[in-house]
Amino acid sequence: MRHLLSIADLSATQAIQILDTAEELSRVSDGPMKKLPTLRGRTIVNLFAEDSTRTRISFEAAAKRLSADVINFSAKGSSVSKGESLKDTAQTLQAMGADAVIIRHSASGAAQRLADSQWMTGSVINAGDGTHEHPSQALLDAFTIRKNLVRGGNDLTGIRVAIVGDIIHSRVARSNVLLLTKLGAHVTLVAPPTLLPAGVESWPVTVAYDFDSVIADVDVVMMLRIQLERMSEMFFPNVREYSHYFGLNRDRLKMMRPNAIVMHPGPMNRGLEITADSADSARSVILQQVTNGVTVRMAILYLLLAGSQESGAQV
Amino acid sequence: MSLALPAPDMDRAITRISHEILERNSGSESITLLGIPTRGAHLAARIAAKIEAIEGKAVQCGTLDITLHRDDLRMRPPRALMPTTIPALGVENRSVILVDDVLFSGRTIRAALDALGEIGRPAAVQLAVLIDRGHRQLPIRADYVGKNLPTSLSQIIKVQFTELDGVDEVTLEEGNA
Repeated sequence: MRHLLSIADLSATQAIQILDTAEELSRVSDGPMKKLPTLRGRTIVNLFAEDSTRTRISFEAAAKRLSADVINFSAKGSSVSKGESLKDTAQTLQAMGADAVIIRHSASGAAQRLADSQWMTGSVINAGDGTHEHPSQALLDAFTIRKNLVRGGNDLTGIRVAIVGDIIHSRVARSNVLLLTKLGAHVTLVAPPTLLPAGVESWPVTVAYDFDSVIADVDVVMMLRIQLERMSEMFFPNVREYSHYFGLNRDRLKMMRPNAIVMHPGPMNRGLEITADSADSARSVILQQVTNGVTVRMAILYLLLAGSQESGAQV
Repeated sequence: MSLALPAPDMDRAITRISHEILERNSGSESITLLGIPTRGAHLAARIAAKIEAIEGKAVQCGTLDITLHRDDLRMRPPRALMPTTIPALGVENRSVILVDDVLFSGRTIRAALDALGEIGRPAAVQLAVLIDRGHRQLPIRADYVGKNLPTSLSQIIKVQFTELDGVDEVTLEEGNA
């Protein structure tokens, strides 16, 4: 495995290897010494051409816990805002000796382009490309689900997951659908028809328009952020109506199964897709997702960077 | 291929190591056994069982994965991580006995000392191995040795345990060098 570009490229075995590695690494993170020497001398560049809080600092924390050197590079305040192309940026990073580039970009396929080009030789990790994929988020979600709900198994067979909300703009939903179904879970997408992408009937999922008919039957409710910044037209009449039909609130929380959990990839629009008391309820594992994000990303960095590049084949 | 240590001899060696550990540490009260996966962990469990049979009480026994501390990580494809389980009393102020199947270059043990340092500060660290095959590249020696086996660099030592391999034995194979 040389790059992590999309969940579609991963086999179930490779995904489970990442989750198992993260499981072992989480014991290190729980211990008194949080730093490991494993990636000493490696340089990792965070190339973020789109805003991000948790993904960037999560990758940064993961890299630092493995003793790698981290260079943060965001579009704002760099030459990208002067119009420098991805190619020139990549070649600059190559000239500086980056062993890996973690890229977030508003264009779908940006990470793939970087990996396929001859612009740089290091590993490429996709930290979200447009509305395409966000593989590390799906892996940390699968890890969180497995940790909370799976006893005595290494995949997610039999787990029922509802992904609710702005599916059309969500790279998190795309990566999660691919990964969770690959690991044996059953996924239901819940959204108004306007927020479902074209061709959703070909996805390996069930689609529902009525949140209340689904919520009592699932083990995981994954709420998605309404991505107002990507909405240039009207996708629903108004915010109150959306919250009423598709938001997670106290009444819907009561309908959930006894051990069911609430997830959200963040950042949350409190009061829109999720009420504050649902986000802070005992069922919520939203902060666990953030903690697990660091260990899962450590596992990704370990598996991509710790071994020799020569013998690692691209998946 | 030649048989270096058949099952009965292997069992005797483990029994002797267990007695030596007890003698050196005046009993099992202060010791914590940490096996290095995979086969070191099985050897540690065997030694723990012997010590329990001799002393009549449980001994602290766990595993210590050293993968993240290896100095040859970059030379090979990524390795799977193995479990680290630290027994209840931890390592702080304990006499930790690292257990591995074969002592060769000493690099595994160096990595184990680093990994141990992450967990705490033991009062002392000792090393028990089933086979010492020589060719050390670092100033490291074992405190308890099952059998000293002079080898050439090209030879391959294979330690097998019933739990993993269906048989207890140590064999010496000619390599292709």
